[in-house]
Amino acid sequence: MTDSPNPGPAIEFRNVGYRLDNGTTLLRDLNLEIQRGETLVLLGRSGSGKTTTLKLINRLHRQSTGAILVDGRSLEEWDVIRLRRMIGYVIQEVGLFPHFTVARNIGVVPQIEGWSSERIQHRVTELLERVGLEPQLASRYPRELSGGQRQRVGVARALAADPAFLLMDEPFGALDPITRSELQREFLALQQRLGKTVVFVTHDLREALRLGTRIALMESGQLVVTLTPDEFVHSTHPLVADYVDAFKTEISPQEGESDAPAE
Amino acid sequence: MNVLQFILQNHMEVIDLTTEHLWLVGASITLAVFIGIPLGVAITRWPVLSKPVLGGANIIQTVPSLALFGFLLPAPWIGARADRIAILALMLYALLPLIRNTYTGIRGVDPAVVEAGRGMGMTDRQLLWQVELPLALSVIVAGVRVATVLSIGLATIAAAIGAGGLGEFIFRGLAMVNNQVILAGAIPAAALAILADTSLGWLEKRLSPAKL
Repeated sequence: MTDSPNPGPAIEFRNVGYRLDNGTTLLRDLNLEIQRGETLVLLGRSGSGKTTTLKLINRLHRQSTGAILVDGRSLEEWDVIRLRRMIGYVIQEVGLFPHFTVARNIGVVPQIEGWSSERIQHRVTELLERVGLEPQLASRYPRELSGGQRQRVGVARALAADPAFLLMDEPFGALDPITRSELQREFLALQQRLGKTVVFVTHDLREALRLGTRIALMESGQLVVTLTPDEFVHSTHPLVADYVDAFKTEISPQEGESDAPAE
Repeated sequence: MNVLQFILQNHMEVIDLTTEHLWLVGASITLAVFIGIPLGVAITRWPVLSKPVLGGANIIQTVPSLALFGFLLPAPWIGARADRIAILALMLYALLPLIRNTYTGIRGVDPAVVEAGRGMGMTDRQLLWQVELPLALSVIVAGVRVATVLSIGLATIAAAIGAGGLGEFIFRGLAMVNNQVILAGAIPAAALAILADTSLGWLEKRLSPAKL
């Protein structure tokens, strides 16, 4: 499923709107194309609609208007279970199954996809290594892991069935700055090897600049602008400049100290 | 300690009545488990039903037990045998704790875990069997525990309609104004309740997923 013959964008939003049953509009007129193999970052403050946008892709929410296309096919044409199994999903709260060992957590999708147990075991060992965890951790329970380890397991679980897409909702948001920086670096290395189509939600500009091939800034349920990281920092768009300024003042007092040693 | 003597002297009858008592409780709790847990699951899937179902089970609980036994007497097939009436009535009483605990147990599963499962492409059935029920199991067992203890106590009243059980001694003792005979029924019943409570309590603790 990775090498789809379809040449168009991997994911496409066409005039998408999302309204709650009580009439509140969370998203309007969203038009966005996500290319194969890119990491598109949805950046914005809380309530800007970035998580909603993400959940529309794997059908945890259903858009009220417009159309969303995955691999050139409208979401309505997809079997929702099949769709979700080819989209890895990582969330901030990780959501590991507390009653499953690390190995079983990672193997969930392969297991429900009916893989043989040897194949699952092989895959689990491979993934543990890939996300920088020791193989002995396989038999542990999530409660016995640190926050960073848990999030690594979350990433491994999302990658288990080799999905073409990865949706990540503030996956590193709850981690301390050093662990976060470490995981960001590993994410970049992993992404370089795997070349997944990634949609990444964050409110952290530095994270967006570091990980994104493009950044889509959202504000009050609307897409403001989509720019490359380089264009973003130099943009004169007032909302973009505001965002950049906010981060400049936030980090200026102890700059260098708050930032983790990278690369 | 004449009670002990009385029990020893009549040990065959004590054993018989205890067995009857266990049959009434066991059958009613088994039925209640097979009806109450699916109902509890159903109202997590169709939340509109949660109010009427929980409300209905609640109302049943407010009916005095002796009256409920009486109401069921004229029922066809059920009313033909006293133990059927008793089992049905005890089952109805056991429903509320089972439905409620199944419902709250499943609703209490960490939403992030459920969302992760759904987002990964688990079907509703897979989510229920692999995630929600195992994580709610200790709460559901707590419901079974409450229902069982309640039912052991209530089953003594079943003797009033001739369904047997340890209530026989209690009613006989009341009629004879003989405390020994009353206690010969009450003590084993209390012992059963304590035994059920501790063993199911132990199970509940063992099944608790979050020993965090």
